[in-house]
This record gives sequence, C-alpha cells and structure tokens, in this order.
Amino acid sequence: MKSLEELKAIREKMQGSVALRNEDSDQTRVVVGMATCGIASGARPVLNTLAEAVAEKKLDKVAVTQTGCIGLCQYEPIVEVYEPGKEKVTYVKMTPDKALEVVNRHLNGGQPIKEYTLNSTTL
Amino acid sequence: MMPEISLNILDVAQNSVKAGAKLTRLECLIDTKADTLTVIIDDDGCGMTKEQVEAVTDPFFTTRTTRKVGLGVPFFKMAAESTGGSFDIVSEKGKGTTVTCVFILSSIDRMPLGDMVSTVHMLVTQSGDMDLVYRYKVDDAEFTLDTREFKEILGADVSFNEPEVSQYIRDYLKENTDEVNAGQEF
Repeated sequence: MKSLEELKAIREKMQGSVALRNEDSDQTRVVVGMATCGIASGARPVLNTLAEAVAEKKLDKVAVTQTGCIGLCQYEPIVEVYEPGKEKVTYVKMTPDKALEVVNRHLNGGQPIKEYTLNSTTL
Repeated sequence: MMPEISLNILDVAQNSVKAGAKLTRLECLIDTKADTLTVIIDDDGCGMTKEQVEAVTDPFFTTRTTRKVGLGVPFFKMAAESTGGSFDIVSEKGKGTTVTCVFILSSIDRMPLGDMVSTVHMLVTQSGDMDLVYRYKVDDAEFTLDTREFKEILGADVSFNEPEVSQYIRDYLKENTDEVNAGQEF
C-alpha cells in the first residue's frame, strides 16, 4: 500500500516554493461544466487532461476549475476560458484531444482555436 | 444515461459539495458472495425537506434555475434498480443527506463500475474545503482515503492542486485500488 510517508516527503520538498503562487489578478481561469449533462457527455476526461497538461507545462498563471450546468447541454462538454482583459472564449463539444490542443495553442500559445468555439457552430 | 457507475457517483456526490457539506463519506463496497455492489454517499450538508426528498427522484424536479430537469439522482436510481437492486435516500433539513444504492453485481444490466480513481481524484482536488473520506472494499480487502489526514500533513498553505500533490493522490488511489481488487475487474 502507498503510504502517507511519501506525502510528508513531498511536503518537505515543497517548503518555501508554494507561497508565490497565490491568486493574481492576471490569472487565467479555465472552467469546465461538470453537471449531469457535462459528465454524461465526457467532461471528466476533458477536465483531467486540462489539469494534467497545465501542470505539466507549468502554466502557473492558469487555474483549471469546474462549474455546474452552463445551460447549453447539447454542446457539452463545454470549456470556458477567462483571460484577464479579454473576451471569454467558449469551447464546445470538447474531447481530451481538443483539450490538449487548447492548452498548447491557446493557453500556452496565446491563440484561441476558433473552429472549436461556440461562435463557429451553427445555432 | 451514464456509461459507468463511477460517473453517476461523481454527479451525485457533487450535490454534497453544493449542499455545503463539511465532510462527505463515500463508500463503495463490493461483496462477491452476496453478489452486491453498494454505494453510500453520506454528507453533513444542508439536507432537504420532506417534500424535496419525495421529489428528488422525479426527473422534472430540480433546484437549479437554468432549466427544468434534474437527472442526476433519477439516473443513479434507475441504474441500480434496473439490476434488481435498490435505491434509498434519507435526508433531514439542516443535518445532511445519505444516499444508498445497491447494484446486483452479476446482473447483465449492471454497468461497469468504471474509473473510480478519476472520480475520487476529482472530488478530492475540486471540492474546495469539503473533506472526503473514501472507503473502497472488495470482500475482506479494503482501503480508506481521508483528506483530513492529507491536510494535516500538508498544512494550510499547500493545495491538493499542486502538481506533485495531485499526482500523489492519483497514485495513492490507483495503487490501493489495484491492491484491493487483486486482479479482479468490476
């Protein structure tokens, strides 16, 4: 069985390096809809992929969180990106692969991927 | 419909987060002799009135205002009852809510348990201040995850979302689940 001792070791290693990462006003928020509609259409692996890729790329200014029903259930899984000073970008019908692209091209590269957004769908 | 029991659990357990629970207990108990898989979600959140409890399994009841259907609990109930199992919800306003679902393990209509590691990992890392005690048991083997123990070690300033900590929690869940499963799949 994996022990709590390992967690203690992690804690010691991190001593001092944590305080820097508090909520800045220039933080980008990535929000995934995780109500029944989102979960049923595959939001869990999308959120997992986003969180892992953001951690892996050490994007300190990006916070990945979840929310309830956004009200557009037929477009789930939905991912919203709030960048300070910019208009909200809403990605629809997301998959883990698309999520990875969003991390690489948008969150890391600064270029929203237009073809995955709500604006590019025909309502 | 949800393709996995673990997704139903993630969905219904989030009601505990929304109910403002301080501590939620989640148990997943598999008994191969009795041929049952029992899921218990027990919280100390805001609870429900008698009328709300009666209405909660009705798909056209929800407290949400974005739309008029609420399918989380009805899906969970249907998934259990379609196996010949049972669904029960007990709640008291101001005290909390307990949901108990029993699935018949060998039923052809039982969906797979699915990725419990991801469900619990998400509940632990994304539920804000709520504490979670997760117990997973297969016959005589079991393990428990208690976020209060993690918090005691980490202190107030280290978040579960720190990459190293998040990875540790995933590994902790994965390794212990594998050990309890002992090669069996549910």
